[in-house]
Amino acid sequence: MAGRPGSVGLPGWVFVPAAVGALFVVLPLAAIVTRVEWSNFFGLITSDSSVAALLLSLRTSATSTLLCVIFGVPMAMVLARASFRGQQLLRSLVLLPLVLPPVVGGIALLYTFGRRGLLGETIDVLGLQIAFSTTAVILAQTFVAMPFLVVSLEGALRTSGQRYEAVAATLGARPTTVFRRVTLPLVLPGLAAGAVLSFARSLGEFGATITFAGSLQGVTRTLPLEIYLQREVDPDAAVALSLVLVLVAVVVIGLARGGRGA
Amino acid sequence: MKRGAGAMAGVVLLSAGAACASGSSDSSSGGSEETTLTIYAGSSLTSTFTELGKKFEASHEGVTVTFSFGGSADLVAQIQQGAPVDVFASADTANMDKAVADDLVEDDPVDFASNTLQIAVPPDNPAGVSSLQDLAKPGTTLVVCAPEVPCGAAAQTVEESSGVTIEPVSEEQAVTDVLTKVESGQADAGLVYVTDVRSAGDRVKGVAFPESSEAVNSYPIAVLSASENGDMAQEFLDLVTGTEGQTALAAAGFAKP
Amino acid sequence: MAFEFTATVGSRGMDLTLGIGDQEVVAILGPNGAGKSTVLSVIAGLMRPDTGNASLDGRVLFDVGRSGTPHAWVPAHARGVALLAQEPLLFPHLTALDNVAFGPRSVGRSRSESRALAGRWLAEVDATQYADRKPSQLSGGQAQRIAVARALATDPQLLLLDEPLAALDVAVAPAVRQMLRRVLANRPVIIVTHDVLDALLLADRVIVVDQGHVVEEGSTTQVLARPRSAFAARIAGLNMVRGTFDGHGVRSSGGLHIEGLAEEPIRHGERAVAVFRPSAVSVYRQPPGGSPRNAIDVTITDLEPHGDQVRVRTADLSADVTAAAVADLDLVPESPVVFTVKASEVAIYCS
Repeated sequence: MAGRPGSVGLPGWVFVPAAVGALFVVLPLAAIVTRVEWSNFFGLITSDSSVAALLLSLRTSATSTLLCVIFGVPMAMVLARASFRGQQLLRSLVLLPLVLPPVVGGIALLYTFGRRGLLGETIDVLGLQIAFSTTAVILAQTFVAMPFLVVSLEGALRTSGQRYEAVAATLGARPTTVFRRVTLPLVLPGLAAGAVLSFARSLGEFGATITFAGSLQGVTRTLPLEIYLQREVDPDAAVALSLVLVLVAVVVIGLARGGRGA
Repeated sequence: MKRGAGAMAGVVLLSAGAACASGSSDSSSGGSEETTLTIYAGSSLTSTFTELGKKFEASHEGVTVTFSFGGSADLVAQIQQGAPVDVFASADTANMDKAVADDLVEDDPVDFASNTLQIAVPPDNPAGVSSLQDLAKPGTTLVVCAPEVPCGAAAQTVEESSGVTIEPVSEEQAVTDVLTKVESGQADAGLVYVTDVRSAGDRVKGVAFPESSEAVNSYPIAVLSASENGDMAQEFLDLVTGTEGQTALAAAGFAKP
Repeated sequence: MAFEFTATVGSRGMDLTLGIGDQEVVAILGPNGAGKSTVLSVIAGLMRPDTGNASLDGRVLFDVGRSGTPHAWVPAHARGVALLAQEPLLFPHLTALDNVAFGPRSVGRSRSESRALAGRWLAEVDATQYADRKPSQLSGGQAQRIAVARALATDPQLLLLDEPLAALDVAVAPAVRQMLRRVLANRPVIIVTHDVLDALLLADRVIVVDQGHVVEEGSTTQVLARPRSAFAARIAGLNMVRGTFDGHGVRSSGGLHIEGLAEEPIRHGERAVAVFRPSAVSVYRQPPGGSPRNAIDVTITDLEPHGDQVRVRTADLSADVTAAAVADLDLVPESPVVFTVKASEVAIYCS
């Protein structure tokens, strides 16, 4: 204890609103835990529909996070490093899904990829079936989660600057090599944080999914959809599944932070 | 930077103040003349009840009728959690029974309408659906309500009693979602209520099928025991079960209770 | 010339031309803000000039015409030009060895080959013991050595050093300077610096740049012994008066007249400079009589220790006197005094 640096710039009263804020988030979670019917908890969460929903959620969220990384990293790079006309506008549009109500996002996706949508005929011709499929779920999740990754990463890229990239270029590294060996390793923490956010957002995604992808067990009924449905008939099941979702989220965030802290 | 922070704080405080102010003005509804009647009803009753609400306000001075339409199970859950409601009209008996079991209802509920299923297809009927059996044809994209929801339970009953096996691509949360998917052409067909087809007008075409009579949803309505305007609530109930209400319901496609 | 270069950058007020030979080390000297770093950025390919062209060993590096659109532009990674900045900028996520191996790896050499090469260069800069350390575990001097090794490991055809010792401790710099002297031999190098020691010990030739233009050029000893620009004179520790030659001495635009010995034939009216050492200047309270032909009224701005003497500074000129003399004459800032210097101690030559 002795010899620890004192906290400068942290006035005592700050702890009060901080505690209130923390309580505000923690109390509702505690409320869920107290409502759980522990006697049949295990049976509720291992039922066919619950397991199907959980596995579907994990699969789709992982896939959509991967898509967010594949497309989000280049977008963040372009927004942070390039400069062209209309860049500000592009940035605003790319971040739009953040403020759009998810249901609106679902409607927009419907009008794009739906059977009578903008790309509907093209998709038909290609023999793809998007509507009411797991693909639709992944598309919905990617749509709402991508901005999280782009925003985190763009911030990290701007902060790290381009000095190391300049040095690497003078050492003979081609732009792709510079990207692979210098840029990416240096923004890996920011990228990881963005990916965790995207995964969490995908996991909890509801409005766009139900509007665009529909709801069918094992195909499109993710955990949030299953919870919403169970509320109609079995509130206990809904509460139990909510707790499962919370636990999964906690585990994911914990793993990500632990990995980075190490 | 400082000015920006100050402005932000100002905006937050102002909106909080406005929220508080509007909240308090709602609860302190002034003099004895002002009464607000809160009615929870299943979403299929939206247009009919809104119309009846206006009629009620016109004939009762100083009374405001506010509605909350939604899935009946959602509404019951809210009532169970203590939402201040005067009248509850459910889209099926199962949900009203939940309210009765919890002692939330004043007197016995009264059936005031019934609804049967109908097949809804896009105006051009791309899959050429003309009967219940057509729904089972491979390649037909069918959307229904989830069995946990009243219209979904009805669909399941119809399926079982007719012996036709239907495989929907999606089991929606509410009838409106089914209708939207049919309207937009996403689905070739959907199982919805007669009233939904009626209210969608030109946007969908209705295909009646005889097996629908196997599953009739009765709509009960009741005054809630926690209501503070019991007499007024009863009057609304009488309006619904009376001639005016029944005419309005019939016009929307509802059948007699 | 192995390397030829000319470029203008309007926004930085830069306009200069230079060339260096195959095994020459050239120092670009100049005051801060003179545009020295801009030159290096343009040569390395990190900045596009408004006009200009450059070639290295016959290869065109860039050629930008008046229109501003380049006819030729080799990107930074393909120029064979390595740039070492003031800050070592070692990649934080790689060990020292991997940092040095970065260049060879990036152009396709195998990992083992690159590491071996890196090991050899680390030995050259006396930094082998730091091979496995991460940059955050290195001191400034150690990091700078490794940065030098990293730049040299790419076997560049031209090496650019931007104030390499500026960020180093006074105690550490000499050792690093010695190391540089050793590894820079036999390759074309441009060093940008404002330190005369770098120029003296490392460079064969010196180019003095001021306000984005070349003001003086020549071998190091020449420029420092016979400076023609104010900056060169300053860092050489010499007094200089610019003006026109009037047969006996130099008359400056401010009316100052310094008589001295012309080192070379100068025509009447030609622009010339008069240069003399501070130690050749005597300080008087009153104008003395006697043989000194040059007596200049000045006001002392400050006094500073200079070895075992005191340097009396004024706005433009300096004089070195003993501490005893300072005490005797009661010299303090803002005292009006007279500087005298014998004409035989003043060298005059063309500017």
